[in-house]
Amino acid sequence: MDLAQRLARHRGALVGLVILGGLALMAVTAPWLSPRDPIRTAPRAALQPPGSTYWLGSDQLGRDVASRVLHGARISLTVGLISVTIAVALGAPIGLVAGFYGGRLDGFVMRVLDVLLAFPGILLALAIVSVLSPGLTNVMIAVGLSAVPAYARLVRGSVLSARENLYVEAARALGSRDPSILARYILPNVVAPLVVTATLGLGTAILASAALSFLGLGSQPPQAEWGRMLAEGRDYLREAWWISTFPGLGIMLTVLGMNLLGDGLRDVLDPRLKV
Amino acid sequence: MLTWSARRILAVVPVLFGVTLAVFSMLFLVPGDPVKIMLAEFVTNPDQVAQMRAQLHLDEPILQQYARFVTGAVRGDLGTSIRSRRPVTTEIGENLASTAQLALAAMVVAVGLGVPLGLVAALSRSSWLDVASMAAALLGVSMPSFWLGLLLIFVFSLHLAWFPATGGGDLRHLVLPAITLGMIAAAIIARLTRSSMLEVLGQDYVRTARAKGLGGFSVVVRHALKNALIPIITIFGLQFGNLLAGAVIVETVFSRPGLGRLIVGGILNKDFPLVQGVVLFVATAYVLINLLVDVAYAYADPRIRFG
Repeated sequence: MDLAQRLARHRGALVGLVILGGLALMAVTAPWLSPRDPIRTAPRAALQPPGSTYWLGSDQLGRDVASRVLHGARISLTVGLISVTIAVALGAPIGLVAGFYGGRLDGFVMRVLDVLLAFPGILLALAIVSVLSPGLTNVMIAVGLSAVPAYARLVRGSVLSARENLYVEAARALGSRDPSILARYILPNVVAPLVVTATLGLGTAILASAALSFLGLGSQPPQAEWGRMLAEGRDYLREAWWISTFPGLGIMLTVLGMNLLGDGLRDVLDPRLKV
Repeated sequence: MLTWSARRILAVVPVLFGVTLAVFSMLFLVPGDPVKIMLAEFVTNPDQVAQMRAQLHLDEPILQQYARFVTGAVRGDLGTSIRSRRPVTTEIGENLASTAQLALAAMVVAVGLGVPLGLVAALSRSSWLDVASMAAALLGVSMPSFWLGLLLIFVFSLHLAWFPATGGGDLRHLVLPAITLGMIAAAIIARLTRSSMLEVLGQDYVRTARAKGLGGFSVVVRHALKNALIPIITIFGLQFGNLLAGAVIVETVFSRPGLGRLIVGGILNKDFPLVQGVVLFVATAYVLINLLVDVAYAYADPRIRFG
C-alpha cells in the first residue's frame, strides 16, 4: 500500500487533513471569500455582535471579524511554513554532516547545540526577537532559528543509526564516495522522522508565532493576524467575546490539524517512533 | 554514585559557560549600534552616546567586557536596567517569587490532572473512556494558552465572578493562571502516563503479581504505577523549563507581575541589559533544575548510574 492509501485509512490523519485542507482553502480564497476589507475601520459599526450583517461580529474599530479571521489563516499558515523551512534548511544539514563525519566536528556541534537547548521553550525565540527587534518577519526568523537545534539533533541521531547499517559498509567497500553514500543510503533513513517532526513542528511554530504576536512582539496593527487579534480582543472580553473567540478557535484548529496529521504520519511512516 | 553525580555536575559547567557567551553576544548581534537603538527615543547627541557606551563598558576590549560580564554574573551582578536605572538583579528578585509560585502551581495542576487522566486511559484501553481522555489531551496540546486564559477569564471571572481576572497577590489570583499554564503540560503528562503504563502492564512482573492473586488495585498502584512513573520524572525538568518560558505568555494574559512581564517590557523598551539578565537567569535556572532532576533520578533508579 502506498503512503496516501495508508494515510486515508488512518482516522486521525484523515481528520487532520480535512481540517488543514479547509484552512488552506480559506487562506487561498480569503480575498474573494471575505465579505469586507479586513483592515478597513467603520467606527459607527464598532462592536456589532455576530449576525446577518457581520457573520462573526465586528471589532472595536468596526472591522469585520470574519474577514479578519479568513485573512489571518493566510498569515498563520505562511508564518508556520516559513519558520519550519528555516529550521529544517539549517538544522538538517548540520545534523547530517555532524552525524556522518563524527569526531571533533560532531563534538563541537553537539556542545553548541547543548548550549542552545539550555534556553527552554519560547525563551530562545524571545532572545532572538529582542536582538532583531519586534516584527512579523523577525518572528518568523526567530521561531525558525530557535527550532534549529532540535532538528539538527534529530537528524544527527537518525544518521548515527543509519551509518551502522551493513549496506553502508558495503557501499563504502565498493568504492562509493561520501556524498553518494549520504544521498543514496543515509538520507532515505532521515526523511521519515524528519517529515513527522516537521509536521508537528508546524503546529508548534504557528503557536509560538501567534504567542509572540499576542505579546506585541510580532505582527503590528492593523494587520489581521490571529495572535494580535486575541490581544486586542482581550480588552473587550466583557462587551464583545467574539473578537477574541474566533481567532483563538482558528489557532486551535490549525494546531490540532497539524498534531493529528503528524501523529498519523508517525503511525504510518515509522511505527517504531513513539512518544 | 558520587563519581556519577560529580561527572554530571561537571558536565554542566561548559554548558553554563556557553550560555553566558551566547547571552553576552546578544548585544553584538544587534543589527546597527545597540547604544543608538537603546537611546533612540530620547537623545542622539554624541556626548550621551559616548557616556552610555562608557557606562555599559562597550569602549573596553571585547575579552575584558566578557570577563566583566561573567565575573559580574557569578557574583550576582547583571548590570543596570537602562530604563529603570536599577540593578537587573533587584528587578529579577522582585519578580521571581511571583513566577516561581505560578510555575509550581502549574506543575501541581499538570501532575494532578495528567497522571490520573493517563492512568484512567491506560486501564480502560480502547474503551470510550480511553478515547475521550486522549481526545482531551490532544485538545490540551493544541490549545493556545493565551486563548485558554481568556476563555477562563470570560467564564470564571466575568460571568461567575469566582476568581479575579487580573493581577497578582493572594491564592485566588493564582487559580486561573495556574490552570492555564499547567494545561499543556497536563496533556503531555497524560499521554506519557498512558503509554508508559500500557508498557508496564504488559511486563512479566505484573503478570506474576496478578498470578499470585493480588487484587487489581494493589497490582496497579504498587507494581505498575510505581514503575510507570519513572519516565515521567525524566520529563519533569524539561516541563518545568517549558512552564518557566510559558509564564511569559500567561503573565501577560492575566496582567500578573513576574519575570515574563519583565522580559516582554524589556524587549519592547529596548532595555538590552534587562533582557540579557532575565534570559541568563532563566536559562541557568533551567539547566540547574535539570541537573537536580537527573541526580535525583539516578538515586531513584540505579540502572541509570550503572547502565
